[in-house]
Amino acid sequence: MEFRSTLSKVRGRGLSKEGGTGHWWAERMTAVALIPLTIWFVISALSMVGADYAQFRAWIGDHGNAVLLILLTIAVYHHGQLALQVIIEDYIHHEVAHFTALIMVKLGAVFLAVYTIFAVARLAFGS
Amino acid sequence: MVEFMLPANSKISEGKSFPAPTGATQIKKFKIYRFDPDSGENPRWDTFEVDLDTCGPMVLDALIKIKNEMDSTLAFRRSCREGVCGSCAFNIGDSVGGTNTLACTKPIKEIKGDITISPLPHLPVIKDLVPDLSVPYAQYTSIKPWLQADTPPPPGERLQSPDEREELDGLWECILCFSCQTSCPSYWWNGDRYLGAAILLQAYRWIADSRDEATDKRLDDLDDPFRLFRCHTIMNCTATCPKGLNPGKAIAEIKTALIKRR
Repeated sequence: MEFRSTLSKVRGRGLSKEGGTGHWWAERMTAVALIPLTIWFVISALSMVGADYAQFRAWIGDHGNAVLLILLTIAVYHHGQLALQVIIEDYIHHEVAHFTALIMVKLGAVFLAVYTIFAVARLAFGS
Repeated sequence: MVEFMLPANSKISEGKSFPAPTGATQIKKFKIYRFDPDSGENPRWDTFEVDLDTCGPMVLDALIKIKNEMDSTLAFRRSCREGVCGSCAFNIGDSVGGTNTLACTKPIKEIKGDITISPLPHLPVIKDLVPDLSVPYAQYTSIKPWLQADTPPPPGERLQSPDEREELDGLWECILCFSCQTSCPSYWWNGDRYLGAAILLQAYRWIADSRDEATDKRLDDLDDPFRLFRCHTIMNCTATCPKGLNPGKAIAEIKTALIKRR
């Protein structure tokens, strides 16, 4: 039994102070960035088929390629975690599962992005 | 998590059959969702064989005929019978599936085979075809759907140019039947926090109104990941609107306005 009014429930905890526009805009911007970056990456990967390790290191040692790879990494993981956040908010309503999934996605994306960028930098700068 | 299995009391069984009167030649079967909360029983599909020779052309005509002549316990909302009041919105279709629309403007002839009629989806059912609309109505209240202006009213009316008035076309025609609202999967999953297509179309109706002076506050109140941005452009709303309106476009206009003021 509850006597809380429907209007009170609909107003809920009020507006999210973060707003929704920033998230939505970032999702679209990263999507736009991913179009040329993905095309470039697919073409590059195909052109590297059969290449040995030395050739690959020479390719990644090119500053342009290294910068584009890092940009692709940032766009992929940022876009991915924004989109997964939406899916979690849509479908996972159990509170503990909801926050656990959100935290794992956010921290996981940061970890993987930093790890990937480190790998690119290490190969590019050669060590 | 989303529940993919229906709760036990939502399973729908086959119900009673009401045969057509003897001598009827043009018979159409109507399978209608029945639920009586007082009985404690699960919902059921009752089948009514309607004699189309003695029935009006629209689905609502058949419902009224069924209630008058076959089973007076059938509960549904209706009023104007001409697509203006928005009361008789149901999910209407054939044996494969249906769409939310107004029974009064849906010709029986447009539906091949048996006709199924069930309440608007994903709302609590009060009885038979009558859903509980208290949440959508409270959501409507929450967007303050009235003209807000600080400038004192001039003698006479607050004027609009023809161009300014034109901005409201495609918006003012909404009759709040909630066909779009309840066709949206995002509203099904998050209807407690997402305002839904009908309410957002109404919100934009006031944002677009040149006489209204609260656009800033109205946009503030919508800039939220759930109230507005649960819309994922699925477009069921626009596909199902019985008035031919485009709630999806109205929602896109709100998002655009929010982007422009960033």
